[in-house]
Amino acid sequence: MSSEHIDEISGITTTGHEWDGIKELNNPLPRWWVITFYVTIAWALAYTIAYPAWPMLSSATKGVLGYSSRDDVKNELAAAEAAKGKYVAAIEQKTVSEIAADDALREFAVAAGGAAFKVNCVQCHGSGAQGSKGFPNLNDDDWLWGGKAEQIQQTIMQGVRFASDPDTRQSEMPAFGKIITLEQIKQVSAFVASLSGPVQDASLVEPGAKVFAENCVACHGEKAKGNREFGAPDLTDAIWLYGSGETAIAAQVRTPRHGVMPAWAGRLGDTKVKELAVYVHSLGGGE
Amino acid sequence: MLDQTQVERLEAEAVNSAKTRQPLYAARKKIFPKRASGRFRQFKWLVMAITLGIYYLTPWLRWNRGAFAPDQAVLIDLANRRFYFFFIEIWPQEFYYVAGLLMMAGVGLFLVTSTVGRAWCGYTCPQTVWVDLFLVVERAIEGDRNARMKLDAAPGTARKLFLRVSKHAIWLIIAVATGGAWIFYFADAPKLLGEVITGTAAPVAYVTIAVLTSTTYVLGGLMREQVCTYMCPWPRIQAAMLDENSLTVTYNDWRGEPRSRHAKKTLAAGQSVGDCVDCNACVAVCPMGIDIRDGQQLECITCALCIDACDGIMDKLGRERGLISYATLADYNANMALATAGGTSPVNPVLVRTATGSFVDGLAHFHLGKIFRLRTYIYLGAWTAIGLVLVYSLLTRERLELNVLHDRNPQFVTLSDGAIRNGYTVKLLNMIPQPRTIEVTLLGLDGGEMSIVGIDQPPSRTFSIPVEPDRLKMLKVFVRQPADQIKEPVQSFEFRIEDEAGSEAAEYTASFNAPEIGK
Repeated sequence: MSSEHIDEISGITTTGHEWDGIKELNNPLPRWWVITFYVTIAWALAYTIAYPAWPMLSSATKGVLGYSSRDDVKNELAAAEAAKGKYVAAIEQKTVSEIAADDALREFAVAAGGAAFKVNCVQCHGSGAQGSKGFPNLNDDDWLWGGKAEQIQQTIMQGVRFASDPDTRQSEMPAFGKIITLEQIKQVSAFVASLSGPVQDASLVEPGAKVFAENCVACHGEKAKGNREFGAPDLTDAIWLYGSGETAIAAQVRTPRHGVMPAWAGRLGDTKVKELAVYVHSLGGGE
Repeated sequence: MLDQTQVERLEAEAVNSAKTRQPLYAARKKIFPKRASGRFRQFKWLVMAITLGIYYLTPWLRWNRGAFAPDQAVLIDLANRRFYFFFIEIWPQEFYYVAGLLMMAGVGLFLVTSTVGRAWCGYTCPQTVWVDLFLVVERAIEGDRNARMKLDAAPGTARKLFLRVSKHAIWLIIAVATGGAWIFYFADAPKLLGEVITGTAAPVAYVTIAVLTSTTYVLGGLMREQVCTYMCPWPRIQAAMLDENSLTVTYNDWRGEPRSRHAKKTLAAGQSVGDCVDCNACVAVCPMGIDIRDGQQLECITCALCIDACDGIMDKLGRERGLISYATLADYNANMALATAGGTSPVNPVLVRTATGSFVDGLAHFHLGKIFRLRTYIYLGAWTAIGLVLVYSLLTRERLELNVLHDRNPQFVTLSDGAIRNGYTVKLLNMIPQPRTIEVTLLGLDGGEMSIVGIDQPPSRTFSIPVEPDRLKMLKVFVRQPADQIKEPVQSFEFRIEDEAGSEAAEYTASFNAPEIGK
């Protein structure tokens, strides 16, 4: 057979295939190539014996080396946990103020707290903790329940008006729509607005002050500076949870809205809460 | 005059000899390079000593940088991302210095190749140097060319086994030393050496040694010339770098041909005779196993050992040196035209010699002027320009820097007194191995004040921040401006940092965002 296909010029057998008069010489493969080829086959066989590979009916062969990618991940996670261990242990031991005062611990807590914030808090407070109407901005220096690291920690742990936590921060502004008249609401709203800016009808301010003295000072204080004991907001500053201006204030006086924040202690554990508190405290408004 | 009895004739054939028309898949032909002696061999010994010396000794040089930086003169500190080179310390963001050096190396190779041909291949390429070193070992143990050929052909005896084992053992020792030296560039050398010996070094150190040991042993000991011929791309690239004015190792046919083993007889028969006595000395010494008399070829690494071999023969024969020499193609062509009467006849050595036997005046000789031509000027210019830019930037570079990132979410925060606050991440880079106290100042932004997280100091326009040696200090800086001072939604201002003890300073122009008025 082979004698039929011999290239006339080189004297080498051809494969017998012909394309437009061009024939392929049947040169031997280079030896190194052939050796490499067989080595790869041997390697592949050995590999599939050493490592999990062959599919069986319900699972696959486990491989004689006992390797598993799941174990790899477990080990990596364990290594990562171990690397954090030193900091986590210190955070468990110390109070939030102590953590905030220690450069290395604070950096760790801010990073860890920032990550936890992205998972648990951004839904209401926003990704930059900037809040929105009804949801406090955590960057500013106005705090309903206090801006010290411990106070923030307490708020995160117990929540605000969270029914299933007996120690939750509790306060409720009455709906004054049923207590005072509409006219009085208009007057007191003008008075409150006048504390931080100009108002449309200055004649309402004076009677408003009277209404305020009669109904509001108990919680908001004589100077309307608020009271953190009850989470009563400061009415003289530039920050308004439910909007500024007389109309927004009047709406809140008539039928106040009461935001609820869940208690996170049970869900996240002490350490995470501490990290979150340090993170929120570091955002710029911490006291 | 032509006393050829003094010349030892060698049985040597080029591995790529055109006459035999090698099949494509021929097995490697073993090469047994003979020891050469002469100017170029001397020079190569010198280059080998220098390059090996640099490679092995550099990590052991010390350089005092004070208490806060390693004292190894050349150190690539991957863990801390620093590169130390004597008085220079490079941070990762200054990697362009390395890029610049690589560009200089590239242009430098073009320059060298266009002037003296493949000098890199012939003298300084690690492959060449280590093969040379391995050949020294081989010769010392097995003897020179003839002895090695005999040993190779001999049947397996205890002596052969002993010689072979000793040779490979010494090669392996050199290979281990080569791989071992490499790792010292990446850690404190004396400490790492102790760790390697006691078995406490990092696994990557041993893996690196193992990999480099095997590459050194396989490439330098076993594969040798095949690396240059089949694996290396540089021989191919250099073909494009050479031109007719580049020096290459050249067999000067115009004086060598017709070669004759029996000059007297041939002369007596009335035929002309060239200087080449066909002794094959040039083939025998060639580490690539080629015959330079076949002309310029891909395999030739221009190590010039054939020049040494031939010069030795010419000295013995009382002929001028330079039958094989460094020559440019232009000179060679001119002389060939002379010797062949303009290409009309075969080479006739009589045409290049006067009646007294000396060369005729019209011969082209190499002179330095040929190195200076437009092309080499351009290479030299580019090389120098890159070098000057690097030196200038190295001399004027700042060792104190500041980077500022403006918070984007939120862009600004309204505070209870109506003031606006912006947040910035400010990075202070203290790039010297000394601790420094950096003064951070706010310039511009009327009424603006800073506060820094973690620094217990009332808001101010100036802060003093201690920064660790050779480290980056990241600060979270809050800048606030009272409501009545805000003029525009976007104002620009500067952060300025200054070394309190020195004169270095840096500035960064940042912007301050506020809500649009009326919103």
